[in-house]
Amino acid sequence: MRAVNPSLNTCRVKWNMSKSHPDLLHHFDDPEQQLDAAQSGMWLFLATEVMFFGGMFIGYTVYRDAYFEVFAHASNHLNVWLGSINTAVLICSSLSMALAVHSAQAGHRKQIIFFLLLTMLLGTVFLGIKFTEYYHKYEERLIPGLAFDFKQGNPGYAAIFFSFYFAMTGLHALHMTIGLGLLAFLVAKAARNRFSPVYYTPVEMIGLYWHFVDIVWIFLFPLLYLVGRHG
Amino acid sequence: MNSGKPVHVRVYVMVFLALLALTATTAAVAFVDLGATWNTTVALAIAIIKALLVILFFMHVLYSRPLTWVFVGAGFFWLSLLFTLTLADYATRNIGSAPQTNAPRQSSEVMPRVSK
Amino acid sequence: MIDKAPDRRLHYLNVSYGVKSWLFTTDHKRIAWLYLLSVTFFFFIGGFFATLLRLELLTPQGDLVQAETYNKLFTMHGVMMVFFFLIPSIPAILGNFLIPMMIGARDLAFPRLNLASWYIYMIGGLLTIGAGVAGGVDTGWTFYTPYSSIYSNSHVALTVCGIFINGFSTILTGINFIVTIHKMRAPGMTWFRMPLFVWSHYATSIIFILGTPVVAIALALVALERVFRLGIFDPELGGDPVLFQHLFWFYSHPAVYIMILPGMGVVSELIPCFSRKRIFGYSFVAISSLAIAVLGFLVWGHHMFVSGQSIYAGMIFSLFSMLVAIPSAIKVFNWTATLYKGSISLDAPMLYALGFIGLFTIGGLTGIFLATLAVDVHVHDTYFIVAHFHYIMVGGAVMAYLGGIHFWWPKMTGRLYPEGWARLAAVTIFIGFHLTFFPQFVLGYLGMPRRYHAYPPEFQVLNVMSTAGASILAVGYLLPLIYLIWSLRYGAVAGMNPWKATGLEWQTPSPPPTDNFDETPIVTREPYDYARGEPQSEYVPGEVEHV
Repeated sequence: MRAVNPSLNTCRVKWNMSKSHPDLLHHFDDPEQQLDAAQSGMWLFLATEVMFFGGMFIGYTVYRDAYFEVFAHASNHLNVWLGSINTAVLICSSLSMALAVHSAQAGHRKQIIFFLLLTMLLGTVFLGIKFTEYYHKYEERLIPGLAFDFKQGNPGYAAIFFSFYFAMTGLHALHMTIGLGLLAFLVAKAARNRFSPVYYTPVEMIGLYWHFVDIVWIFLFPLLYLVGRHG
Repeated sequence: MNSGKPVHVRVYVMVFLALLALTATTAAVAFVDLGATWNTTVALAIAIIKALLVILFFMHVLYSRPLTWVFVGAGFFWLSLLFTLTLADYATRNIGSAPQTNAPRQSSEVMPRVSK
Repeated sequence: MIDKAPDRRLHYLNVSYGVKSWLFTTDHKRIAWLYLLSVTFFFFIGGFFATLLRLELLTPQGDLVQAETYNKLFTMHGVMMVFFFLIPSIPAILGNFLIPMMIGARDLAFPRLNLASWYIYMIGGLLTIGAGVAGGVDTGWTFYTPYSSIYSNSHVALTVCGIFINGFSTILTGINFIVTIHKMRAPGMTWFRMPLFVWSHYATSIIFILGTPVVAIALALVALERVFRLGIFDPELGGDPVLFQHLFWFYSHPAVYIMILPGMGVVSELIPCFSRKRIFGYSFVAISSLAIAVLGFLVWGHHMFVSGQSIYAGMIFSLFSMLVAIPSAIKVFNWTATLYKGSISLDAPMLYALGFIGLFTIGGLTGIFLATLAVDVHVHDTYFIVAHFHYIMVGGAVMAYLGGIHFWWPKMTGRLYPEGWARLAAVTIFIGFHLTFFPQFVLGYLGMPRRYHAYPPEFQVLNVMSTAGASILAVGYLLPLIYLIWSLRYGAVAGMNPWKATGLEWQTPSPPPTDNFDETPIVTREPYDYARGEPQSEYVPGEVEHV
């Protein structure tokens, strides 16, 4: 029994999951409704994340517009190579995550686990590089509040740049870490053969989350690392 | 949820290669002087294209029902509200004050420093 | 139709017993009760702080508490009332309980997430109370920088943590409501057959989802500035404190619509029932809820007219603020038109609904005064503002909340509350409210600033009136606490539909079974289908076909 709703898309996956499938929750009428609900819910959650990071992006925009020269000098202190490598690492992890979802859809248990583990490995590499960069900044005295020392322009404005750098990449890294935890949870479930072509919702949902975290970095990289790099 | 057949692996790989290429491009263009405005514009445009590729293909939005498009669009639309009206403040704070010279705008005029 | 013998059938309250069956429940109706208890607790804590405030303001001198303590009192009053009472009240209690029933579903889309929402709410609330016990915070509930981020010597970071955590609770509730309304309506329950209560909660959920994260990041940045010295709002570094205000009010203005929209939804249910009339202009009321939610995001700068914000931006915000009044006015006109030539009965819920319309109108009209930039320059940070928002929050939202609690009490408990006492309480609250807050309009207009523990002697008479009113208001709030608890044991047993109201929730026993309906209903009638002048019998054959 479903709501009469002509606006629903008519293209559907043919579900073979019986109503007694252990993963069908009792308040849903059928598995399709449950998957629809999960997907809608995850996208709404990602909308909140857009607004959450967005608050920092608008703050960054305001100050970058006001203090462009100092922001450029400060940005040049970031390691473009490490930033670029990290961007590539995340893009690879997005591919492996997409392939993990693909494997789940096809029901290949070993492949799911392989791609999930690969994604986790790439995510860990990203975090490793990130913390290396943080350590460099610590050595260069470019962490605001910790004997901050900046000589290529107004130190106050530079401190604001680095405040945004640490706040934005730090929050991003926190999301990545949570993502790694979620992926570990998926690996455990996959190992116990809990996913099949008729039920792989958690893989798809956490995949959405992982791709979103990648998208945040796609914007962070040019905005933080590539300011005024010419000349 | 995509609407039936799973997306072919080939699509994922092509999107992946495109993303890598765009990353290399954005890094390379940053070292070319196009003027501050154009450098920023190109960087943002490339980022938006990359984000769209991830959203449409990796996140399956291209194959999703219209309601999903609404939810995705709503998030970014609301972000644009935050941006537009906040920037409306900062962009108009100094209208009517001392005339601007042709020299590059000094930062202190936009956000006057509290004297230490 | 009220039978004397309590029925022995299984329903959501007696299906299982024990603390674990409540603390680990996923039943939306039990979760609503968990919220009812905790929301009431936080309400009285907020009220306790208000009591101390009003006692201090009995005399012009600051003689009861020191200035810094006073600052902590109004901060904790605001934080408790806004974040832990007003925002969750109707959505988390009545919304949780009723939305699945109103659309013919067995539960919300994500029941476990619903329970998680409550636990997150409790953690946030207890953390905030802990910050209060540890010494409190004195920045005002608005946490303006750089005082909050640099100079305050109070527990800013801890309080901000509590509020941040609480934000997740509301986000999850919002996600739950929107997905439920999209995906779980019973057959025949089209969008324009849904009760207006559901529409208003959909609109509220939009705000939950799209606004809350921005205040979350604003407060997180303040905490980062305090703990890690990341100086984003520090003027000494070139930072702009007004940026915080933009991020803060981007949410906190729509937040006031979070606080009022559910109340409007309640009133939209009460007015037709107690006028025995179909609501006038259903689709206008439904769409105006969405309009308020959307337009409400465009007006936040009207809190910042004197902050240093650009005057041109101020003008834009002023214009939008005028526009957002329009959908609210549409609702008031529609409710009034519903009353016209209706068969009015003045039961307690209706008294609250009528009180809402009057007090919300006054509060809303004074909002137009404040939207006028030039007027706001004079009355900003005076008691005029305090009176304005209390008219809407207390005169509006709290009255609607109480009206809703009384209206759906028989459904939730299977008991009737004592009508005489309830009417007395409603009238007491109405009188106490006016005596408390009308003098504050005058005080503000005369120039008394807010957030001061001392004031010039010529303002004393009005302050004494206000405190006297507050004491009457307190009595009015205690009465329902007493008689509602009393009714759980001694109240008359309620039947399925004691109000003869329309709506799917009244087509199932009181209290309802765990899955709400024995069979999924199929909806065939329009909402608010009150036959003019004729009371409806409890069950109209063929109204709802059970499959």
